[in-house]
Amino acid sequence: MVSSLISGMLATWIVAVSTIDAFEFEDEGERLRYNDLIAEFRCPKCLNTNLPGSDAPVARDLRRTVYRLVNEGMTDDQVRRYLQDRYGDFVLYDPPVRANTWILWFGPPILLLAGILVLRRIGSRVTRVFLSDDERARLEAIRKQ
Amino acid sequence: MPNVESFDATFGMLWSVGPEVGHLAAIVGFVAAIILSGLGHLGAATRRRNWVENSGSFAVLQLVALVVAFILLVHAFLVDDYSVVYVATNSNALLPWYYKVSAVWGAHEGSFLLWTLIMAMWTFAVAIAGRRLPYQMYGRVLGTLGLLNTGFLLFLLQTSNPFLRLVPNVPTVGADLNPLLQDFGLIVHPPLLYTGYVGFSVAFAFGVAGLISGRLDATWARWARPWTNVAWAFLTVGITLGSWWAYYELGWGGWWFWDPVENASFMPWLAGTALIHSLAVTEKRSAFRSWTVLLSILTFSLCLLGAFIVRSGVLTSVHAFAVDPERGVFLLVLLGITVGGSLALYAIRVPAIRSRIAYMGLSRELFLLINNVLFVVAVAVVFVGTLYPLAYEAVTGGDKISVGPPYFNRLFVPLMGLLAVFLALVPVARWKRTPIRLFRQVGLLLLVSMLAGGVFFVIAILSDRVLNTSSIVGVVIAVTLALWLLLSHTADFIQRKGARPFGYLGMLLAHVGFAIGAVGVAITTVFSHETEVRLSPGDTVELNAREYQFTSVTTVNGPNYVAQRAKFDVGDISLYPEKRTYLARNSVMTEAGIDAGFFKDLYIALGEPLPDGSWGVRIQEKVLVRWVWCGGLLVCFGGLLAVMDGRYRRLALRRGGLASAVKVT
Amino acid sequence: MKRTVFFAPFIGFIALVAILYAGFHLNDPSHLPSALVGKSFPPFQLDELSSGKVLERQSLLGKIRLVNVWATWCPTCLHEHATLMDIRRATGISIVGINYRDNSEKARRWLSLYGDPYDFTIVDATGDLGVELGVYGAPETFIVDADGIIRFRHVGDVNDRNWNRELLPILESLTDG
Repeated sequence: MVSSLISGMLATWIVAVSTIDAFEFEDEGERLRYNDLIAEFRCPKCLNTNLPGSDAPVARDLRRTVYRLVNEGMTDDQVRRYLQDRYGDFVLYDPPVRANTWILWFGPPILLLAGILVLRRIGSRVTRVFLSDDERARLEAIRKQ
Repeated sequence: MPNVESFDATFGMLWSVGPEVGHLAAIVGFVAAIILSGLGHLGAATRRRNWVENSGSFAVLQLVALVVAFILLVHAFLVDDYSVVYVATNSNALLPWYYKVSAVWGAHEGSFLLWTLIMAMWTFAVAIAGRRLPYQMYGRVLGTLGLLNTGFLLFLLQTSNPFLRLVPNVPTVGADLNPLLQDFGLIVHPPLLYTGYVGFSVAFAFGVAGLISGRLDATWARWARPWTNVAWAFLTVGITLGSWWAYYELGWGGWWFWDPVENASFMPWLAGTALIHSLAVTEKRSAFRSWTVLLSILTFSLCLLGAFIVRSGVLTSVHAFAVDPERGVFLLVLLGITVGGSLALYAIRVPAIRSRIAYMGLSRELFLLINNVLFVVAVAVVFVGTLYPLAYEAVTGGDKISVGPPYFNRLFVPLMGLLAVFLALVPVARWKRTPIRLFRQVGLLLLVSMLAGGVFFVIAILSDRVLNTSSIVGVVIAVTLALWLLLSHTADFIQRKGARPFGYLGMLLAHVGFAIGAVGVAITTVFSHETEVRLSPGDTVELNAREYQFTSVTTVNGPNYVAQRAKFDVGDISLYPEKRTYLARNSVMTEAGIDAGFFKDLYIALGEPLPDGSWGVRIQEKVLVRWVWCGGLLVCFGGLLAVMDGRYRRLALRRGGLASAVKVT
Repeated sequence: MKRTVFFAPFIGFIALVAILYAGFHLNDPSHLPSALVGKSFPPFQLDELSSGKVLERQSLLGKIRLVNVWATWCPTCLHEHATLMDIRRATGISIVGINYRDNSEKARRWLSLYGDPYDFTIVDATGDLGVELGVYGAPETFIVDADGIIRFRHVGDVNDRNWNRELLPILESLTDG
């Protein structure tokens, strides 16, 4: 199992860093918002990289688009909507909460709740560790000797 | 550089058929694995002691065969034997010798040979160290390991043979190892990671053997624990190294991306953490049996699932190996038989063997059970997030969706916060019942921590950093909980009367490691500084009250690349980020210039040069980022320390106790 | 606890295997479904390649169009070019080009060298129109109906096989309807 290996067969020689855009912002807050936003979007052309991590032409265009939208004053949700309308759910790393993603969002929390319920049930019984069926049988066997 | 040439001159003809001999050796290993499985399982089932005892020899044979095969593949790389397809696609004459060696595990076929070699090493270790086990348990554990490696070697020989030749059109130039892999990280990360990954097969084998024989009691747990802890420690360090490697190699300062391939190694780690704790309860109190054996099956199943994810191409990842459906289907079948078979065995056998724990007051058992629940939910989060896009596409018939860091962070981080609360309470908890007064002290320590957290919060708010409040609150909670954990564990250490065995010290170390790692993660995510600018040589830029001067750019020749090396001066320190062009594949890569420090890293990466001589430059000050990996290392050492506990050595001398006098099969 | 509950992990695993197996039969991971099918072609104001005239969304209305995204730096576009010329000759359908992130001088030379299947070509030098269309690479081909609604998006080159199998049927259903 390898965490970071790339096969020689891959056609994409992925350059290890994005082009650095050096945009100018009105203030630090805008820059932070921009940086956080672009990290949330997936480069449509890459093998699972976000926008800052890719130097594909479309990633560059999308970063420029996000920059423009942030400068125009759009909120984070409006920017997400904008990209989603054009590139689909695929481009969002934060999957929408919908009927067909409920297992994704609510599955693990429900599992946690179930776990808590099981724990509470166990915590309220009587004091002893029972022997398993096999062990009881063995105990009988020893007693009979 | 090992003197391969003179060796070759002496044994010329012999070495030229090295790959064929290697192939043959792998086949011998395969046959040895089959015989090992047969002798082990059948010997145990039919109570033929001598069969079981002889099976150990086949574990030795399997290891020798695979060592030979591996050495011959390494040799083929060192002598640039491009008639071997695998060498031709992953090596190059200009590659430094140490990268030629590590290129052996740089792609699918060779890394899988490494996998089977490590499997053989674990099998051998169990064969030697496990001789004092009751012979039926020994036979079944070895037999199961043998069956696993039979499957793996069949996969290797059928679909992933690294010894295949390409004659008569032997390439004259190798395609070179991918530049991202030409790095120290590739030399150490896969072997260490695999050792952990594959090592969980031993826990699995003990689980299966326990189910077949009907013993999953305290003694069974005591045998299984050291093996499991060592494998887990290796997996911990393997993942830690992988994260560190990605950080300095990829050039943009990130160290975890929740990529499918990373998740494939993280899921077994999470399940493995639950497993080692569950084994503790089964050993001490003979309880949680069905939990523990299910976790041992689950952990190894996640290892196999991980191998499937990485090597089948079913999930998209920049880190995955080449897509090949034939391999994918084979792995799926392997996965199906192994996991399906063991889960079926579980369903059939466990009802008779399981213990039923009834009351648990505020006790160590309860805390460990809570730990189990939290880690299993954590596995579920990573599992669902990783596989959801696949399931979604399959079910909707083509719609695509992405699940990335925002999802994982939102669910995983609060879960870990919850865990941290219970972790801090752990030293207080006693087996069976905990007196309430012990909680008073730890409650006091919580107040102290919250006070410190409050001070931290005020300082953070008053500083003129632009940050959103929820981020700061998150960090404050993390720091408070980590401090509380540190205090409660230290207090327990100081106040403990009597011995402090290695098992106890290991636990302390690992938990403290977790706290340090958590603080590192929280602080580096929120409090690091970053800027992106266009700079020309001579320019200066300021970040967080530090002046970074872009002094010069020079051209540098490496062994197989040409680089533009920039020099940045920051006070007394100089950093040298590079932009490298690797000649063989004409690919361009960035090497970040990093000044590592205990409290912060200075991190500079070059973008692209403009015609006017200026460069895009990203400068980051990564605060406390090293704490993330220090934490990981401490966790690993804690695990290893715990294994050295005297109990296990004494166990080797004892004969398993009364329980072995009456055998149920 | 009933004995059947212990079979739950096994059953869950079978479901997992089914999903993983389905994974082998999925589409090429590089083919994204378009989010714009059924929506109207985005508004724009860009130059035409050879005449320099200003084009707008209006310019597309009135006819069923194939809108083909291409560039001189894209080798696959060259392969597809001959097919587009054939389609133009055989069916007379209106093909409109979008020259995507390219150099106009090179693009004009390319067309005069290899032939021009396009009624007109929109110059999208910055890629902004591409972003509005959800384009992520070249070549891509859109089917746009007479009212300017996008009906289909094809990723990759147009060749005889996918023309007959996918694109032609859609065009025929549009002309009938």
